[in-house]
Amino acid sequence: MEITTFDPLWLAVIGTSLIAFILKYLGQSVPKSWLSHPRILKINSLVPIALLSALVAVQSFTKDSRLIADQRMAGVAVAVVALILRAPFPVVVLSAAATSALLFKIQ
Amino acid sequence: MSRVNRATAAQSLSVSLTVGAYGIAFGAASVAAGFSVLQSCLLSLLTFTGASQFAVVGVLGAGGSAISGIATASLLGVRNTLYGLRMAPVLQVKGLRRILAAQITIDESTGVAISQEHLGVKAARQGFWLTGIGVFIFWNIFTLAGALGAQAMGNPAAWGLDAAVPAAFLGLLWPRLINKTDRLLAVSACALALAMTPYFVPGVPIISTALLALVFGLRANLWR
Repeated sequence: MEITTFDPLWLAVIGTSLIAFILKYLGQSVPKSWLSHPRILKINSLVPIALLSALVAVQSFTKDSRLIADQRMAGVAVAVVALILRAPFPVVVLSAAATSALLFKIQ
Repeated sequence: MSRVNRATAAQSLSVSLTVGAYGIAFGAASVAAGFSVLQSCLLSLLTFTGASQFAVVGVLGAGGSAISGIATASLLGVRNTLYGLRMAPVLQVKGLRRILAAQITIDESTGVAISQEHLGVKAARQGFWLTGIGVFIFWNIFTLAGALGAQAMGNPAAWGLDAAVPAAFLGLLWPRLINKTDRLLAVSACALALAMTPYFVPGVPIISTALLALVFGLRANLWR
């Protein structure tokens, strides 16, 4: 296996890891007063909600930069129902997978 | 670390096992997105923060650039900085121990530590280390299992993996949607990302929704 400098996957692995560690280490090292403003804390708690929601939408309803409704939509809809029924995580994921796989085979 | 509180140890172990099992979903998602088994395992060993890992493989799997993948993952990793701020006075570590503590500063280790604080600072400290190390071990073992499993499967769609990945995300997201603002933000972010998708290169629609979080955060009433 050849590792080239510009392979985007390797760049992503190394870049993400490096920044993730710096962010963690920073918190253990800087004075608490620097980042504990209530407004900053509030925004920080909302960022994951926005980004994860967007990821779910893009992974469920798009393909090659086009909007599309296919077997994934049905799978994710089943996951939503499972979550509303307070199903445990493995049930959520497996029910989505089973629904999507079934529709994929029928198509 | 002398005697370990039993209740603290039990909670650490159950959290480690439960969360570690998510690693299967990550390993499978990563391989389905085009990362190798080695790259998937390195992400779990080195990045070691679930949401960021899912984000970077999600963005690159959807055709996004490395830069937009790294940026999205890093925005999700900022909360670990805040966890570090919270944990530093509890842990009181320097040098190599601080480096190790930093690497395992994640949602779960911080969560268990805070939940044990009523038993004293020692229990909080033990909760942090036991949970952090426990999650690290199980997360990495299960990532390898998921990656190898997905590699053996062939076409991810035939196994429903293309729906399992967003479903796994949804499972991570769901417990965070506590109030009306959270739910409105989630729906708005979905709408914005989908509306932008046909017109922007992959990755950009996702990271753009961080601006929505900023707007919602600036407008939110903090004392409600």
